[in-house]
Amino acid sequence: MNAHLQPTGSAYFLTKETQDIERHTLSVLVDNEPGILARVVGLFSARGYNIESLTVSETEHGRRLSRITVVVIATPKTLTQIKLQLERLIPVHKVHDLTAEGASLERELALIKVAGSGDSRAETLRLADAFRAQIVDATVESFVFEVTGKPAKIDSFIALMQPLGLVEVVRTGLAAISRGPQGM
Amino acid sequence: MAEKMTGAEMVIQALIDQGVEHVFGYPGGAALPIYDAMFQQDTVQHILVRHEQGATHMAEGYARSTGKPGVVLVTSGPGATNAVTGLTDALMDSIPLVCITAQVPTTLIGSDAFQECDTVGITRSCTKYNYLVKRIEDLPRIMHEAFLIATTGRPGPVVVDIPKDVQFALGDYYKPDFDTLRHQSYRPQMDGDAAAIEAAVDLMLKAERPIFYTGGGVINAGPAASEHLRELAELTGFPVTSTLMGLGAFPASNSQWMGMLGMHGTYEANLAMHDCDVMINIGARFDDRITGRIDAFSPNSAKIHVDIDPSSINKVVNVDIPIIGDCARVLSEMVRVWRSKTNQSRSEALAPWWKQIETWRAVNSLGYKNSETIIKPQYAIERLYQATKKQAKEVYITTEVGQHQMWAAQHFHFDQPNRWMTSGGLGTMGYGLPAAVGVQVAHPEALVIDIAGEASVQMTMQEMSTAVQYRLPVKIFILNNERMGMVRQWQDLLHGSRYAHSYSESLPDFVKLAEAYGGKGIRCSNPAELDATIAEMLDYDGPVLFDCMVEKDENCLPMIPSGKPHNEIILPDTANIGDIIDEKGRQLV
Repeated sequence: MNAHLQPTGSAYFLTKETQDIERHTLSVLVDNEPGILARVVGLFSARGYNIESLTVSETEHGRRLSRITVVVIATPKTLTQIKLQLERLIPVHKVHDLTAEGASLERELALIKVAGSGDSRAETLRLADAFRAQIVDATVESFVFEVTGKPAKIDSFIALMQPLGLVEVVRTGLAAISRGPQGM
Repeated sequence: MAEKMTGAEMVIQALIDQGVEHVFGYPGGAALPIYDAMFQQDTVQHILVRHEQGATHMAEGYARSTGKPGVVLVTSGPGATNAVTGLTDALMDSIPLVCITAQVPTTLIGSDAFQECDTVGITRSCTKYNYLVKRIEDLPRIMHEAFLIATTGRPGPVVVDIPKDVQFALGDYYKPDFDTLRHQSYRPQMDGDAAAIEAAVDLMLKAERPIFYTGGGVINAGPAASEHLRELAELTGFPVTSTLMGLGAFPASNSQWMGMLGMHGTYEANLAMHDCDVMINIGARFDDRITGRIDAFSPNSAKIHVDIDPSSINKVVNVDIPIIGDCARVLSEMVRVWRSKTNQSRSEALAPWWKQIETWRAVNSLGYKNSETIIKPQYAIERLYQATKKQAKEVYITTEVGQHQMWAAQHFHFDQPNRWMTSGGLGTMGYGLPAAVGVQVAHPEALVIDIAGEASVQMTMQEMSTAVQYRLPVKIFILNNERMGMVRQWQDLLHGSRYAHSYSESLPDFVKLAEAYGGKGIRCSNPAELDATIAEMLDYDGPVLFDCMVEKDENCLPMIPSGKPHNEIILPDTANIGDIIDEKGRQLV
C-alpha cells in the first residue's frame, strides 16, 4: 500500500521523492519566550526544510503570545511533517496551514530607495502613484517609498524601479491571516 | 506557603519533591552552590562519575530500568558539552532525563567567561526542551516543569541551565500546580481515538497474515502496556516481533515470539513483516534499521500505527490507521474492543500463516558453526544467558554498540520489560558500562551485566572507578575480538576487505586494568573453560571485567544490507556476501 511513497531528505534510501513541491503559508502561534525563534528556525535547518520567508512579532502581550508567519516550499508529505514537527515544540500552541485551509489574506511591506534626477524622477513618481506607494522620505536626488501589498505586487514595483535608479530594498516578509470570522 | 531559600536549595528541594533518590554528576566552579546544598542533606544521594558522558548514560540506565526519570548534575562549559552525547542518545531513544547544568553568572553570560558555553544553544537540538533560568522567581516552576516535560508524552531529556548568581539568590520556593505552568499548549494526547481503535480491531479480525511489530513505546508506557500486549497477543493468536528497543515487552519464551526484526533480526520476523497482510505497529517508528528499502517494505499490508508522537505517523511509512495515544491505554482498549466483538479463537484462520512461519523458523537463521578451540561470540552469549537463568537474582543487561550488541539481542532472551538497556537510535559506543552502573544504583541486589566489545568499552572505561567507589558489582562481559567488529564486517561486505583502522594495535590487559581500578579481572579463551569462568564472574561480589577472547573475524548474521528489502536477507550459510551488495547499496549507511 505504500510502495509509491518515499521518505524525504534521507540519504538512506535510493529513490527520490516524486511528488511535486508546493508553496504554503503557515501561521504558528507560540509562547513569546527567549529562544523560540531559534527553536523554530533550528527545526527547519535540522530537518532540511526550506523557508522562503519568515515573519515574527508578539501579537498578544497579555498572554505573551507571538505569531510566526512562515512560507515554506515542500511536497505535501513534507508539509504535513513540518506542521507536526512544529506542533511537537513545547512552546508551540497551534499551527495552521493557511494555504490549505482556504481563503486567506497575505500582505507584505517594503521600503524602496530610488535615486535619480530629471525625467526619471517624474516617471518614478507616476509609477509610485499607480502602485499606491507612499513617499516616506524625499531629497532632491532620491525617494524612499513604502509599498504594501501581495508579494507579487511588490516584486513588480521593484522590477519597474530597477531602470529608474533603484538603490536598495528592504522587505518585511509575509504576514497572513485567514478570511472570515474564525481566528486561530 | 512559600518558603525562603536560595536557588541552590530550591534545586535540591525540587528534586526531593519529585521523589528523586539519586543524582549522577560531577562538580565544577559554577555548580558549587548546588553541590554545597547537596552536601547539607541526606535525602538525595549523589553518585560521582568520572566523565559527564558517563553521568548521562548512568541516568539513562537508571531511567530505563525503573521507569523513573534519570537526573544529571554537571557544571558549566565542558561539563555541559560532555553531557551532549548522552542527551542526544536519550532524545533518540525517548528516555526521560532531567539534566541540570550550571552556568556562569548572568552578568558574565556572553562575555566568553571561563567555562562559559551557550548551553541552551548547544542543547536545543538534542533535548526535548531546555531552559536558561535568568530569574530566581522562575526556578521552582521550571524545575517542576522540567520533570513534567521529561516524563510525559514521548519522554525525552530536558536541560535546566542555572547561572551561579541564580543559585545564590534568595527567593520563594513553591510547588506549581499543573494549571499554572508556563506552557499551556503542552498536553500530550493519551487516549487513542475510539473510532480508529474500532477500525483497527475490525481490520485485525479479518487478518489472515497479521503481525504485531512492537517497539520501545511499549516499554516507555510502563509495565501495564506489556501486560496488555501479552493479553492482546494471547486473544488474537498473532505472531509478535519487536525492535531492538522493545525487547522484553513480550516474553521471548512465548511460542508466538518471532525474535527481533530488522537489519540483524531473524529470518522469520523479517519475512513475516514482508509478507503480512495486516501490520500492527505498537510504539515503534519505522526506523531505517527496521524497514530496509522503503519502497519494498511490506508491500501488501494494511498498516496500523499506534504512537504517542503525532509526528511519527506517516513520517517514513504511510499507514492506513494511525492511532495517537499512550500504548498502554490503546492496547487496553484494543483488548476490550476485541473481546466485545468476538469470543472465538481465530486459530483456524491463522493456521496457514503459522505453517508458513514455521517453515521460516526451520531455517534457523541465528544458527552458527561452533568451535571446540575458539570461543564463538554467539556461544559466549548463549552460555552467559544459561548461567544467568539459574540465578535467583533479577537480571539486567546493558550493551555497548556493535556486533556484540546484535549478538546479545539475538541470543540473550528477555521475558520482562525494563531489563534490556541498549543505545538504539544514536548507536553510542561507550553506553553500556555507565548504563550498567546506573541500573545497579537503582537495583542494588540485581545482577547487572554489560555485554561489551573491547573497542566500545574503552570509550567510557573510567566509570569502572565509579563502580568500585560505590561498591556496585556490575559485570562487564567483553567479547574481545581485537576488532571494531561491525566496522570490520561492513568493510568486509562493502569495501573489499580493506580494514581501514578497524582494529586496535594495542589493547590494554583488561585483567590488569580491572585490578588497577580495584575490581576483578577474568580472562577466558578456551570454550571448555567458559562456563566455569562465567560462574566465577557471577559469584564474585564486586565489579568484574571479563575478557572473553572470541573468534576475531565472525560476521554478525543474518543481515539485511542497506537498500535491500526484507526478503533479500543474508543468511549465515550464504557464500561471498560481499557480492550481494551493489554499488548503490554501498553508499548507504
